[in-house]
Amino acid sequence: MSSRGKSWKEIAPAGVCSKSSTTFLTGDWKTYLPLRDLEKCTRCLLCVIFCPDGAIHWKPEKADIEFDYSFCKGCGICANECPTKAITMKLEKE
Amino acid sequence: MSEEWKFTAKDIAEKPDLFLSGHRACAGCAPATVLRLIMKATRGPTIVTEATGCMEVVSSIYPYTSWAVPWLHTAFETAAANAAGIEAALKIMRKKCKRKQEHVDVIAIAGDGGTYDIGLQALSGAVERGHDFLFVLYDNEAYMNTGIQRSGGTPHGAATTTSPAGSIVPGKVEYKKPIAEIMLAHEMPYVATASPYYWRDLIAKARKGLEVEGPAFLHVFAPCPRGWRSDAAKSIELSRLAVETCVFPLWESANGKCQLSTPSKLIALAPQKKRPVSDYLQGQGRFRHLFTPKGKKMLDEVQSRTDERWQRLLKKCQET
Repeated sequence: MSSRGKSWKEIAPAGVCSKSSTTFLTGDWKTYLPLRDLEKCTRCLLCVIFCPDGAIHWKPEKADIEFDYSFCKGCGICANECPTKAITMKLEKE
Repeated sequence: MSEEWKFTAKDIAEKPDLFLSGHRACAGCAPATVLRLIMKATRGPTIVTEATGCMEVVSSIYPYTSWAVPWLHTAFETAAANAAGIEAALKIMRKKCKRKQEHVDVIAIAGDGGTYDIGLQALSGAVERGHDFLFVLYDNEAYMNTGIQRSGGTPHGAATTTSPAGSIVPGKVEYKKPIAEIMLAHEMPYVATASPYYWRDLIAKARKGLEVEGPAFLHVFAPCPRGWRSDAAKSIELSRLAVETCVFPLWESANGKCQLSTPSKLIALAPQKKRPVSDYLQGQGRFRHLFTPKGKKMLDEVQSRTDERWQRLLKKCQET
């Protein structure tokens, strides 16, 4: 949180959460970045199902998957569970 | 029941998440995967209530929320009591016609601390009163949120901060409480165990639990890389190994008829496929001391107890 929010008199009673966590980007937590080999990938969608952060999206219009690096925490579950080993984890460079 | 409800990996991937990205669970958190998948099984308006625990903390850090459905946080002991209250309120509002005649599903979510230890009496009471709700237990086998303290769900031999493995205490000396069997003894309409690796099985069971009239209990195995001292990438793999070694067999019981689910049934039919527990234990730092010469006795104890429980389950499901 960069700027100071509202004071306690202005917020919703009982501390009701008002913002969606999709505005809080957790992508900068990662050390390793998943990279996909497009030729090896069979689009089985197991990575989409197993990702704890919902950071891999299935795009029906492109008939392909897409990594959302702004939420990926770099855990490596997708690379570990990929049946064709199409995903590799690379050290993220600045 | 859910026969006509077809679902493939594509259907599941296309369904929008109700447990949103941006939650602050650790990297490799299997409970987060479990919640994402369970929320994919919902069939319409749903209210979720959650006891204090990892998944409550990570999903509702003020002012952010990761829930795209109405969600209530409650005290550690009252997830089931809260769900019962919500269900009763919906019923009376329908009766007095204050809201449309529409069915609303109620899901209560708690961790192993909020189910095995603190929340057990509320759960037992709500089940006895027969409220229509689904209780989901995501079992990461200790109080991970407060710093890895042992719970009733911690398995025999596991090192936690309150049962540390050393020269005097060899990890947790007690055995894991068979919670699903305790719930089965309540004679409730639906009890099941599930593991996120077998995602189709997990989603189908969550859906059955919602569709059934009356209380349903779903015990989901959820590896925690932080507390289990395991590799973050191995969380889902561990949930597969737990089933293959029969540490966490998959079964369901609808209206008192107990049966093994496919992954465990395959092991029951071909016992040579059953793997030794060491395959599952050696990937985890919390069981590191079992692989020293001193820990051999405890490792054998874990294996014999696992076999004993597996045989008991087979007898219950009439597989022998």
